[in-house]
Amino acid sequence: MVKVKVYVTLKEGVLDPKGVTITQSLQALGYKNVKGAKVGKIIELDLNSSDKTAKGVETQIKEMSERLLANPVIEDFDFKVEE
Amino acid sequence: MVFPGSNCEQDCYHAIKVLGADVSYIWHRSEDIDGFDCVILPGGFSYGDYLRTGAIARFSRVMRAVKKFAAGGGLVLGICNGFQVLLEAGLLPGAMLPNTSLKFICRQVNLRVENDQTPFTSLTRKGQVLAMPIAHYEGNYFADEETLKALEQNNQVVLKYSTPSGEITSAGNPNGSLKNIAGISNKDGNILGLMPHPERAVESILGSTDGQIIFRSLMESLVKS
Repeated sequence: MVKVKVYVTLKEGVLDPKGVTITQSLQALGYKNVKGAKVGKIIELDLNSSDKTAKGVETQIKEMSERLLANPVIEDFDFKVEE
Repeated sequence: MVFPGSNCEQDCYHAIKVLGADVSYIWHRSEDIDGFDCVILPGGFSYGDYLRTGAIARFSRVMRAVKKFAAGGGLVLGICNGFQVLLEAGLLPGAMLPNTSLKFICRQVNLRVENDQTPFTSLTRKGQVLAMPIAHYEGNYFADEETLKALEQNNQVVLKYSTPSGEITSAGNPNGSLKNIAGISNKDGNILGLMPHPERAVESILGSTDGQIIFRSLMESLVKS
């Protein structure tokens, strides 16, 4: 069993209304050094991939992220494989 | 078109019946959509809006048929969630972000017609202002600068949010959409996606009949062709 965490975040330059709201709320609470916040998603995948090499898993996760997990118009993705 | 979670298909069905055309539902598992002149992707919450709005619906079996239908010049109209599905499917450019207010907005808005040459707006005139309701949380249209420029150059921006007198200002923009964009078409003009609901504005009891002109335009375009 392999565990993978996929991180999906908004691209640079894409307005993030939730991030703006969090920034303003933290500043209102007195955390004046907060200059920005970005909200993303973490998707945890459990893979039954005994038949796959580490490289095979990475290739597959990249494909999954490009096809479904992230929208390339507005989002970037990154992932971490945890055995 | 009916996806699990669609909830405006009956309104669309009713609107088209009221306007006197034949209409029937297409289930998302359908393999082919032969025999139809136009397909409508209705509003709602297909697949619960899980992951992203429209992200799962784009992979449904019927969407393969829709792509083929559209490539052959068939008329495709995506309303609200249907627009989001068309964006995710890559049939229209761009993506939707949450409204800048982070609120679900359900109210009447004003739309200025930017392109009256599409099959969906052929009975309108450029600059005409139409009143229709919106009902969405994620209708804040986004595209990169290059795409926006191409959209405007190719006359693909069909409807913009405006003030009642037709001014394109931030006061007339309910959700933060770039350039006040409310509806866009593909290059060929046979696919239209819009966030407002024309099907909820076809009878005076609904508060506006301005939505009729979208359906009447597409019916007339079909009859002409």
